[in-house]
Amino acid sequence: MKYVLTLALLVLVFSASGFAQTPSAPGDSLVADSMILTPPAPVANLEVVDKPNDHGHATLLTWDLSPDDMSLEGGSKLVVGYEVFHWVPDFANRISTLRSEFNQLQGGAYPIQRDLPDAEAALEQVQSGITDLGALSLVPALPEDTAFVPTVGYLEQALRDTIAAMNAPQSDMDELRRSTREAYLAAIEQLPAEYAKYPEGGDWVNLGKVAAGGTAYEHTGAKDAFSGDYLPDYTDLYYRVDAVGLDPDYRAESDPYGPVQSKGQWYNTGRTTVLVSVAIFTLFTIMFVSQARKGKKLYVRPLAGIEAVDDAIGRATEMGKPILYVLGLGAASDIATIASFTILTRVAKRVAEYQTQLIVPTYDPIVMTIAQEVVKSAYMDAGRADDFNQDIVYFVTQSQFAYVAAVNGTMLRELPATNVYMGKFYAESLILAETGALAGSIQIAGTDEIAQIPFFVVACDYTLIGEELYAASAYLGGEPILLGSLKAQDYAKALFVICAIVGFVTLIGYSATGSESWLWFKDLFHVAD
Amino acid sequence: MRRQLPFVLVFITGFFMIFQYFVPHEKSEFVYEFLLDWLTIIGAFALALGIWSLWRVSFDKIKFKKENWGYSVVTLFGLFAMIVFGFTAQVDGSWGVYFYTAEGLQNPLFRRFFDFILIPIQATMFSLLAFFIASAAYRAFRARSIIATLLLLAALIVMMRFNPFFGAWIETVANWLMNVPNLAAQRAIVIGLGLGMVATALKIILGVERGYMGQG
Repeated sequence: MKYVLTLALLVLVFSASGFAQTPSAPGDSLVADSMILTPPAPVANLEVVDKPNDHGHATLLTWDLSPDDMSLEGGSKLVVGYEVFHWVPDFANRISTLRSEFNQLQGGAYPIQRDLPDAEAALEQVQSGITDLGALSLVPALPEDTAFVPTVGYLEQALRDTIAAMNAPQSDMDELRRSTREAYLAAIEQLPAEYAKYPEGGDWVNLGKVAAGGTAYEHTGAKDAFSGDYLPDYTDLYYRVDAVGLDPDYRAESDPYGPVQSKGQWYNTGRTTVLVSVAIFTLFTIMFVSQARKGKKLYVRPLAGIEAVDDAIGRATEMGKPILYVLGLGAASDIATIASFTILTRVAKRVAEYQTQLIVPTYDPIVMTIAQEVVKSAYMDAGRADDFNQDIVYFVTQSQFAYVAAVNGTMLRELPATNVYMGKFYAESLILAETGALAGSIQIAGTDEIAQIPFFVVACDYTLIGEELYAASAYLGGEPILLGSLKAQDYAKALFVICAIVGFVTLIGYSATGSESWLWFKDLFHVAD
Repeated sequence: MRRQLPFVLVFITGFFMIFQYFVPHEKSEFVYEFLLDWLTIIGAFALALGIWSLWRVSFDKIKFKKENWGYSVVTLFGLFAMIVFGFTAQVDGSWGVYFYTAEGLQNPLFRRFFDFILIPIQATMFSLLAFFIASAAYRAFRARSIIATLLLLAALIVMMRFNPFFGAWIETVANWLMNVPNLAAQRAIVIGLGLGMVATALKIILGVERGYMGQG
């Protein structure tokens, strides 16, 4: 009983103290209210410019951090990020609706008569009160907004429209699609005028968030007018950046910035270094080619792999066995494949002269078509047009390992005297080369795929490493003009070595002094994406 | 003219490709994408030529009973079976031909041929690589000269780098081998490749190199 009384007394005392403290509460609540109600400092110096060196439809926003940014010393540290806003005219809703209608007519939602029974069944379902889209036998086209929840009335009308469209003649549908497209394009043309009405008849749209400490945002729109992200060029755009706390209501708006227009550039200034390098290299090439044309003798060091080609063809002739030429897995537009075509020309010419058999299985149908023309021309040049058979070059498959299986099968059945692998190779390089070695063929390989070079070096008798593949045609032909271009390459390489040494020295200077003035040479070689 | 026209076309398109690299403007991109679309269109037509080539070569082997003609029968059976199964499907209980929808790919026979025959065969071919790497490594690492011995030692160190038995030093040495001499050699090859590519492209655009058209 004594403990119960003591407990009751304690409860009374605490309750009384609680009431007693109530008058002092306003002081604390003022502090709390001041923390909630005092907005953070907004960002300063908001600037928006057209994104440089691009095709347009993009802008670049930069600003100074809010003094209350949590990444800064001092300040309240309550700003946890920034929200970027873009002013969009109400007219954009009209464009969105038109786009949705057009996409429904154009895309997968295009109503086709085959689905008519499903549409009618869905209409009956909706009329009986079913609105769960997953349960409907056919879902009509709905607006792009994912948050949209269709009502029974909306679904009923949409299904009636769909059924009407399904029953309509095809020509009516085509006309509807054409007129919707025209209306959409007309609305797009009107868009700059609507943006120019700022700030009347529009609203701010949230583009995205930037974490605290961030001072830049790239607004990249789509260039396709039929995309939902389309951002028009040559249009007055307005932006705003809000400094935001953990509570989304705790925010400070910046002054709006605008108008700014995005537009495409006619020259990418970030690629000037490449342009200068190409110009220098072109000058070298033209200079040495003209020297070669004038009859100047140019020395280029011999390449064992190239010299082995003629011997290998001779060997095949003596043995009465075929030569297998593999162009690799590259497309016709790959430089390695193009270089391979030029080598194939020389090989096919020799083969035609020696009347040896040539086998060229291909992976790409375009490569096959070109290779057939290359071999045909080589046979004609050799005066052996009658010996040409279109089946010398044939298509196998565009599946990597199925191609390998086919070529390996050819190697093991035909036992060619020589295998030539020139072009682009991937994981199949070693499988091909090892099978060729097992078949006892002399093998010559060349590729610009660095990862595959060691495999060819190991498994083949001769390997053209990297650029030697590109130089092979000049070596094989021995034409002075082509040799001149090789000389240009050598001089360009020397220039690169000099640049590398200068870069090395300047970076050592930077490490030793810490002065950023040493970085100018390195920055010279920075290339923009 | 018949021989000059291709070179004129190569010059114009090649020069445009250089031009568009430095010009990011939408109009330049439009022409670039237009040309790439052409590449896709040409590829589609070329595929038909490729299939025709495969058919002709295989059919001739069967017709004239050439050596190993049985393989050609399997090749043509595979080709036509996949085409037929890819275009036919059972939809709503009835079989039909579907040229314009993905329903053809839902054909159970098509899926089974693809999943249970083609993919395992490809995986088998790929797995051969493991055995070929072993035989190639054996051939490469035979210590027949001082340089070959150095290669063997370097390879051993790189292979053993994750083995805890040797301690941290082997990882340090292996990393040095990979990041200094190996990377230096790779970069030298890459620089050479870059220049070689530009030189080849220039030769082709300027019409100096004509071998790819069977001339030279």
